[in-house]
Amino acid sequence: MHQFLFLLFGAFCVGGAINLLLQKKTINSALSLIVVMGSLALIYLLLGAEFVAVVQVIIYAGAIMVLYVFVIMLLNAGDEEVVKGSNVAKIFGIPGLFAGGIIGIWVLLQHRPAEKLLPIGAMYGPADKVGELLFTKYLLAFEVTSILVLIAIMGAVVLTRRSRV
Amino acid sequence: MIPISWYLLLSAFLFACGVTGFLTKRNVITLFMSIELMLNGVNLSFIAFATRLQTLDGHIFVFFVMVVAAAEAAVGLAIIISVYRTRETLNVDRVNLLKL
Repeated sequence: MHQFLFLLFGAFCVGGAINLLLQKKTINSALSLIVVMGSLALIYLLLGAEFVAVVQVIIYAGAIMVLYVFVIMLLNAGDEEVVKGSNVAKIFGIPGLFAGGIIGIWVLLQHRPAEKLLPIGAMYGPADKVGELLFTKYLLAFEVTSILVLIAIMGAVVLTRRSRV
Repeated sequence: MIPISWYLLLSAFLFACGVTGFLTKRNVITLFMSIELMLNGVNLSFIAFATRLQTLDGHIFVFFVMVVAAAEAAVGLAIIISVYRTRETLNVDRVNLLKL
């Protein structure tokens, strides 16, 4: 059951990611990115990360992607322009990519540690445990994050304002 | 029972898709979405290792990555809007004012 769910949502993820690359219109890419994020949230649930799954849906699929779709609609973005790759990329890039991939896989297989399996519900990441860690061990980073968000808000407002200079 | 390598393979695939999109696409909004895809791939491997090592620190890191991604999206899209206002294009090849 666990494997079936992983394969199902993993297939959704892979399909969405490939669709993002293949689509010509920006809005279709954005919608397939939402599919990727939603199925990733379910994979987080399979891994027992409840808090992260909920935050993924609320922040990523909710807030950030709404912002993207809003900007795409606002700017009335047209089709993607298809560019032809250079010949250098065709001659050297594709064989180089394959060679690099094969070397990387070979190196990783050489140093492969003994693999343990993840049992179902191996660990739960409930919000209270995550919050406890967030407000004790990572308190400074959390506070710095608030400054970052404040600066981002101010930056967004300043950048989009029509200047009267 | 799922081996952790499956999660890591999915994570690597998402990251590779993000890199491919970033290098091949020309629309600046699609480039930003490719960056989001890369961040999601990294988040998945954070969570997989957190479950494997039985610690919650990975969850905190994913939280911070999400905050940074939200800030990046807000500021980046603001920059895109103001570039579109002045240049009337979303093609990154045509935004070449800083090029020699």
